[in-house]
Amino acid sequence: MASVSMTINGKQVSGEVEGRTLLVEFLREHQRLTGTHVGCDTTQCGACTIHMNGEAVKSCTMLAVQAEGADVSTIEGLANGDELHPMQEAFREHHGLQCGFCTPGMIMSATALAKRNPSPSEDDVRHWLEGNLCRCTGYHNIVKAVMAGARAMNA
Amino acid sequence: MPRDDGIGASVRRKEDFRFVTGQGSYTDDLNRHGQTYAAFVRSPHAHATLNSVNTSAAAAMDGVVAIFTGQDLLDAEVNGLPCGWQVHSKDGEPMVEPAHPALAQGKVRHVGDAVAVVIAETLSQARAAAEAVAVDYGMLPAVGNMTAAKAGKAQIFEEAPNNQCYDWEIGDEAEIDAAMAKATHVVELPLVNNRLIANPIEPRVAIGDYDTATGEHTLFTTSQNPHVIRLLMGAFVLGLPEHKLRVVAPDVGGGFGTKIFHYAEEAIVTWAAAKVRRPIKWTSDRSEAFMSDAHGRDHETVAKLGLDADGKFLALKVQTDANMGAYLSTFAPAVPTYLYATLLAGQYTTPLVYANVRAWFTNTVPVDAYRGAGRPEATYVIEQIVEEAARQIGMDPADLRAKNFISPDAVPYQTPVALEYDSGNYAGTLEMAKKAINYDGFAARQAASKAAGKLRGIGFSAYIEACGIAPSAVVGSLGARAGLYEVANVRVHPTGSVTMHTGTHSHGQGHETTFAQVVAERLGVPIENVDVVHGDTNNIPFGMGTYGSRSLAVGGSALAKALDKVEAKAKKIAAHLMEASDTDVEFKDGQFTIAGTDKSVSFGDVALTAYVPHNFPHDELEPGLEEQAFYDPANFTFPAGCHIAEVEIDPETGTVTLANFVAADDFGNIVNPMIVEGQVHGGIAQGVGQALLEGCVYDEDGQLVTGSYMDYAMPRADNLPNFTVDTQVTPCPHNPLGVKGCGEAGAIAAPAAVMNAVTGAMRAAGVTKPIDMPATPSEVWAALHAS
Amino acid sequence: MYEFNYQKAGSVADAAAKVAGADDGTLMAGGMTLIPTLKQRLAMPSDVVDIGQLADLQGISVAGGKVSIGSMTTHDTVANSADVKGAIPALAVLASGIGDPMVRNRGTMGGSVANNDPAADYPGAVLGLGATVVTDKREIAGDAFFTGMFETALDEGEIITRIDFPVPTKAAYTKFPNPASRYAIVGVFVAQTADGVRVAVTGAGGTAFRATEMEAALNANFSPSALDGISVSSDGLNKDIHASAEYRAHLIGVMAKRAVAACG
Repeated sequence: MASVSMTINGKQVSGEVEGRTLLVEFLREHQRLTGTHVGCDTTQCGACTIHMNGEAVKSCTMLAVQAEGADVSTIEGLANGDELHPMQEAFREHHGLQCGFCTPGMIMSATALAKRNPSPSEDDVRHWLEGNLCRCTGYHNIVKAVMAGARAMNA
Repeated sequence: MPRDDGIGASVRRKEDFRFVTGQGSYTDDLNRHGQTYAAFVRSPHAHATLNSVNTSAAAAMDGVVAIFTGQDLLDAEVNGLPCGWQVHSKDGEPMVEPAHPALAQGKVRHVGDAVAVVIAETLSQARAAAEAVAVDYGMLPAVGNMTAAKAGKAQIFEEAPNNQCYDWEIGDEAEIDAAMAKATHVVELPLVNNRLIANPIEPRVAIGDYDTATGEHTLFTTSQNPHVIRLLMGAFVLGLPEHKLRVVAPDVGGGFGTKIFHYAEEAIVTWAAAKVRRPIKWTSDRSEAFMSDAHGRDHETVAKLGLDADGKFLALKVQTDANMGAYLSTFAPAVPTYLYATLLAGQYTTPLVYANVRAWFTNTVPVDAYRGAGRPEATYVIEQIVEEAARQIGMDPADLRAKNFISPDAVPYQTPVALEYDSGNYAGTLEMAKKAINYDGFAARQAASKAAGKLRGIGFSAYIEACGIAPSAVVGSLGARAGLYEVANVRVHPTGSVTMHTGTHSHGQGHETTFAQVVAERLGVPIENVDVVHGDTNNIPFGMGTYGSRSLAVGGSALAKALDKVEAKAKKIAAHLMEASDTDVEFKDGQFTIAGTDKSVSFGDVALTAYVPHNFPHDELEPGLEEQAFYDPANFTFPAGCHIAEVEIDPETGTVTLANFVAADDFGNIVNPMIVEGQVHGGIAQGVGQALLEGCVYDEDGQLVTGSYMDYAMPRADNLPNFTVDTQVTPCPHNPLGVKGCGEAGAIAAPAAVMNAVTGAMRAAGVTKPIDMPATPSEVWAALHAS
Repeated sequence: MYEFNYQKAGSVADAAAKVAGADDGTLMAGGMTLIPTLKQRLAMPSDVVDIGQLADLQGISVAGGKVSIGSMTTHDTVANSADVKGAIPALAVLASGIGDPMVRNRGTMGGSVANNDPAADYPGAVLGLGATVVTDKREIAGDAFFTGMFETALDEGEIITRIDFPVPTKAAYTKFPNPASRYAIVGVFVAQTADGVRVAVTGAGGTAFRATEMEAALNANFSPSALDGISVSSDGLNKDIHASAEYRAHLIGVMAKRAVAACG
């Protein structure tokens, strides 16, 4: 067992983990932050997307110990109480989700795009979302939501 | 003025706040106190005898709580998994229905067949011990596909000497052959409907728990229909009575059919939790899902269409082989028969239709309903052969369709394959779609593509589906072992807020919003004051769940009936308060009034009176305001429409780009247009996925080649364009909301539209034979290259 | 995953020592291949020695006609580097097409090259630009580096520290992705260099290779049409459910022409 400390959603946390403990397991099982989901085991679906030190990463393909000292943010850290983050609001407004399972990863991925590109085109969004699978929406409304959310974030 | 939260409004979804903030509660998010973890030992072989299963080394490993094998289930008299539908062969014999043990007994029959379960303190310990279970397999030749099944490469079940499950027919073969002989044109087409894997992004999860104090078993599971699971597992597998068995399906991350069925893992964690007196959690990983979730489609068909000299369809004859996989999953036998062949008339007046369907066992994962279930396969057959006929006789494919449409005047229309269509205007949706895609401008777009070295094609799919499943008496006569009604309960609280319970289940469809809109509209209460509850057999009276585009058509109808009862009782209470006769009471926008007077009481006052019955008609009514209704539909509903795809092919690489896709659908009345559009988008994406990307591949030895997203191509955002969707409304005449169902339309219609476009584009390059789905770059290039 | 001992390396030398000292140690760069492999229980190392964070192995510099990239530089950094975009835009394009944004934020050039997946993109650039792979022990010519499927000239425990890419006159990389995994079914890197044209093919064979007949034709006439008469043999090329060997052979020609065209 090794001890690991990091900042999650602005809060300093630490825990005892095995070397093999994945970051997503640390988030879900140790920290009970179950908004980050696991949908595959080949690093493709993106349901586990979080931010580490400001960049989007797949938390299923990182060891918890690799996040030692890192600044981690998850879907739970986006909203300010009942006030949704602009990207969350855009997903709700544009019906960019159905079952909601891929949604946390989609939103975390989308906010990372919006930080780089304040006004992404449809093509930009579709290309960026290469690493996030959704089986429900056909992406049409997700793309709309991400474009609108990015603009709202940067307004 | 219409309400902004009532029927017809694009109300933003009530469920979304929890989902976008990561507060959804999916099964894997739940943990029970003292929980253990299950890992399954799964067969790496497609077909083998189980000579021995030695668990002693594994049992001694750290953290192992228990290990169970098929023999343990046999000893404990745990039954196999039941099949919910019995089909009879044309000779009257019932289908071959072999046992489906929850853990393999004597033999394994597909890669992924569960041999043993290890229960341990941690998941890592369970997995490590599962690897240490020593299984001695006696290898047998494996049947990897239907060709091998027919050839008798190996015999999978003793009771099915030729690997056949059934040989079923509908229609009169001699009559159809005679009609075909008189046809001016006969078009024949071999077709493959590729095997698919549903792949909801949430893998399956099951948690079993047992309360020693009450003797109650609880199963938390990723299901589309918790009551059906309780029925199948309780009554057939474990022998547990309903009052001691609770099944909970909390937030579920997509289903698409594959979470309808009762799976072995559910029964095992429920049974074993009582054995070990600890909760047990099993979470599938994606690799395990590929070899344990039921697959979909997998038909091979030869279709023949006879036309007269004017292009009128005279007869359609279809021979289909359907792969059942290694065991019969819950609804499997019904999919290629009653959900498929009964739709083969399509939107057309074809007077004679005959289908012969043979179902085969193979050493592959069981195949069952996947979004559309039978109806995409039927649409693919009809719309491919109609398109092919148009090409062969040189008619515009839209004109040929229009010429053969059942006219709105002819409805209700009895088809030659059992169904009676209740409503529809097929020319209406065809024209709507043609306009949306600018059909007249296609030639110019095709020329522009050609100038850029590309091939362009356009393809139609005029589909019809039977949804709102289903009238119980009808399906019972066809072999269903359950009724298919739905249940709703409306509980009006003393202050006028409402909790509505439905036996349907939402796993993305937005019922918490749509059903609440119906309540808000009818009772005049704001939608924030309405909660919709589903997914827990302890909370809901009963229910049959969500599949077959049935939730609003059947479950919404039950709700409408329950609301009728609430309104009737509330009127009586209001009449008492206003000292009038209830027949004079009018109810609108949440106010009860007496015409011609200024008397009025609000819905809230009536609710309060019902629960604080100081001034109440006690001799006539009981206190309280809560009503329940069961609704058994009078008929199926018949959503229909026309989808058109336009594709561009790069002949150098074979890459097919979906350039445009339009959908014109008739779902009857629409409660929430935003949600309906979303359902159509999602269905189209899965249909396009089937046509261009997805295909589950087994090799000849029954090894699963596409066992992960590395090889199974899921549609991603950059594979798809924006879709143009629109609707026409011809209300369903036989249910109270006039609704038909929208969840499956896209998946039903899209494959044929896309493939007709691909075939059309390739025809310009001299390829006359349609290629099979998925039209991957390599397949398209190979066909272009060969020509 | 099997249990293993995680060790964070403090330096390249420390990493080498830790791997050498372990029963069955393995290096981890970005982990984008190793972690999924461990999750599938397809590997059982005693120790995982993490070099992904080593500062010495990060960074990009341009000098003396070459672009030097630290081995642990992420794909995203390469893709967005103004230096790379200025000197060898094709390399930035290649990096921007690996995996997806999240994978590019973790995956590293050195990890990709050391792993030598036959469908990886970077081997195309190493061969196509005639790069030099610099390790903690020596320099290895790109042409001699990729020795077979998942095999390289690296010794046990040898660590790539940087790769030096000579700046070409022109270069382009064109990839035909696998529809499922998005790895390369065929990727072709074409470069016009001081020493002539180089054409490297990845995805198609057991390991990346140079298409010498194409190089000769392009040396004579650097235009897509120069490749017209050249047909690539399908002998020995990969085949799977996504592409036959014949299709791959054909795609090499198509991608090569497109790469030449993209060179401008």
